[in-house]
Amino acid sequence: MSAAPTPAWLDALRRDARARADATGLPTRRDEAWKYTDFALSGAAAYPLAARWQDAVPASLATRPVAGGVPLVLVNGTVVGDWGAPDGVTIGRLDSPDARSLVEAHLGAVIPAARKSLAALNGGLFTDGLVLRITAGTRLERPIEVLSLGASDAASGPLSFHPRLLVVVEEGGFATLVESHRGTGAYFSNSVVEVALAEGAGLDHYKIQDESLEGVHVATLGVSVAARAVYRGALLQAGSRLARHEVHASLCGRDAVFELDGAYLGVENQHLDNTTFVTHAAPGGQSRQLFKGVLDNQAQGVFQGTVLVERAAQKTNAHQLSKALLLSAGAGMSGKPELEIYADDVKCGHGCTVGDIDETALFYLRSRGIAEADARQLLIEAFLADVLEHVSLDPVRETFTAVVSERLRRARLGKEDR
Amino acid sequence: MTTMSGPNEGTGSRDGAGAPLLAIRDLHATVAGREILKGIDIVVPAGEVHVVMGPNGAGKSTLSYVLAGRDGYEPTQGEVVYQGQDLLAMKTEERARAGIFLAFQSPVEIPGVTGVNFLKTAVNAQRRARGESELDAMQFLKLARRKAKELDVGEEMLRRSVNSGFSGGEKKRYEALQMTLLEPRLMILDETDSGLDFDALKTVAQAVNGMRSPDRSILMITHHQRLLDLIAPDCIHVLIDGRIVSTGDRSLAHELEKSGYAQFAGQAA
Ligand SMILES: Nc1ncnc2c1ncn2[C@@H]1O[C@H](COP(=O)(O)OP(=O)(O)O)[C@@H](O)[C@H]1O
Ligand SMILES: [Mg+2]
Repeated sequence: MSAAPTPAWLDALRRDARARADATGLPTRRDEAWKYTDFALSGAAAYPLAARWQDAVPASLATRPVAGGVPLVLVNGTVVGDWGAPDGVTIGRLDSPDARSLVEAHLGAVIPAARKSLAALNGGLFTDGLVLRITAGTRLERPIEVLSLGASDAASGPLSFHPRLLVVVEEGGFATLVESHRGTGAYFSNSVVEVALAEGAGLDHYKIQDESLEGVHVATLGVSVAARAVYRGALLQAGSRLARHEVHASLCGRDAVFELDGAYLGVENQHLDNTTFVTHAAPGGQSRQLFKGVLDNQAQGVFQGTVLVERAAQKTNAHQLSKALLLSAGAGMSGKPELEIYADDVKCGHGCTVGDIDETALFYLRSRGIAEADARQLLIEAFLADVLEHVSLDPVRETFTAVVSERLRRARLGKEDR
Repeated sequence: MTTMSGPNEGTGSRDGAGAPLLAIRDLHATVAGREILKGIDIVVPAGEVHVVMGPNGAGKSTLSYVLAGRDGYEPTQGEVVYQGQDLLAMKTEERARAGIFLAFQSPVEIPGVTGVNFLKTAVNAQRRARGESELDAMQFLKLARRKAKELDVGEEMLRRSVNSGFSGGEKKRYEALQMTLLEPRLMILDETDSGLDFDALKTVAQAVNGMRSPDRSILMITHHQRLLDLIAPDCIHVLIDGRIVSTGDRSLAHELEKSGYAQFAGQAA
């Protein structure tokens, strides 16, 4: 399983990214986009880089694929095991010779270099990564599953790693990607996923962030959507003591569609950040974002959504909505939606609400004999219902629901302890 | 015809026939720091239908909320004994499992919770509390469909979110559906008749009458004579400004219809 030395062409890309990362430095709260999330305070930047994983998948992290089938597995950022690829799909390591043209064309292309993010750091430090290519016209029925595992313990001490994934869907191709993140112990996972959709291509992308609660998870997702291509994302953030999911989407061809539904669930002292930048650069694009957060105990949530409609992007339809439910006085929510519109013939809307459990509804349910805890759970699930309804893949929706119930149980225990 | 004496003497017919199902004695309660109930006495023997009538703002809904255990409706004095138990010491859900059902004057809309999920959770919570086995999805659906049909509740209403976007009449029939599914011992009907057309009123009255039995009681809050024509009451209580000012038999309702609440104004002060 020992890796060949990195090829020179990849090293060049890596050096570039590293230089950019060094030039911008790590984000601090003085950076507008990081105002509400104190990455420095997390201490994650000091975690040493994990060594290339040489073993099999650790037993404690035995793979539980969400959608069935054989997942592609990364442990501490290293690709582990073998895989087969369905017809019309190429799956390879980032450093494989076959991947070169794709990597050179797309790696780092969507995520703006000028903005301070941790993506450049990933580009400088990733040990390994995967490229998925769906060839033109291939419409995959079965989902492709990628599992990123974090493994650290007392012996290893906290570790950092930088999982990297590039997904290219060529003209008219379609695929479903299920991406999950789990782990044990303290670690910093700095993930970058880039998605390039060619004309008329489609990707249904599900992400389940259920990392170790000692972990720090920062993910940067770049999506470029060409003409008539459709990206549909659904995200669950439930893990990590500090997590940020940062999205850069560019609707760069006519009539492109970008949809993102996010649910996040914070308990104890978790800090969960969702930050999105959606750019409409071509006419007729549609974007829709819906984020629903449930925060209990002392958990803090952040939603920052920026939608930019460029002058060329006439007939754009863009909506974003963020709603948070606070279940205890110690929980909090910050952030803001932002619209920047330079075209004149557009439909745009945004909204942002923070509320607590409807006491009247709670009484109504209890007056029918439903225990208070169960009634709360029903109301919380009802709050998340429209996000969950958009998760069209059944096993993924079931996983979302199961993770949500587990977290709420944990939140309740947290209250009883006090 | 009106007896102005102590509670329920007008229904003395069942003298000593077992303990009453519900006994409210000198109940005082505050809402938002203001005393709304100022000494309520009502005793409902098992099997009887008692009616509470009174002008708007008298405290009728407050009484129903205090009996159901709603936060913010705080009893401050007196007692409520239900099936020999101290009702006020029980949690809302415990009261429901012990057989108390409140049909709300204004049923609550709960977007995102489907009727089937809500009703099944409630029925099974109560079955569990009684030590009965839970109904599985198929058993429950069969039961719910049958009861819904009896109440003219469309099947699509079971799939919709609880009360969301229902008309006033639909909400009231949905309350009646919950009642027939949960088979309570004490039904508190808070103006279940308001907002219903006559056909719907008949349907709901039929459901209530269908449930009447020697061990079930009803506390019915209403303004309307027409419901009393459909569900024959045993006893009428007049509630004005937080107090029961008169208790009597059905003729009291007729009298009220003729001369209104003004005749009691003196006692309320
Ligand atoms: N949640 C509440 N907050 C403040 N005042 C209330 C509340 N509920 C009821 N009240 C007051 O209590 C009194 C009785 O109301 P209610 O019990 O609804 O009367 P009824 O049902 O007989 O019309 C009214 O003055 C009403 O304003
Ligand atoms: Mg009322």
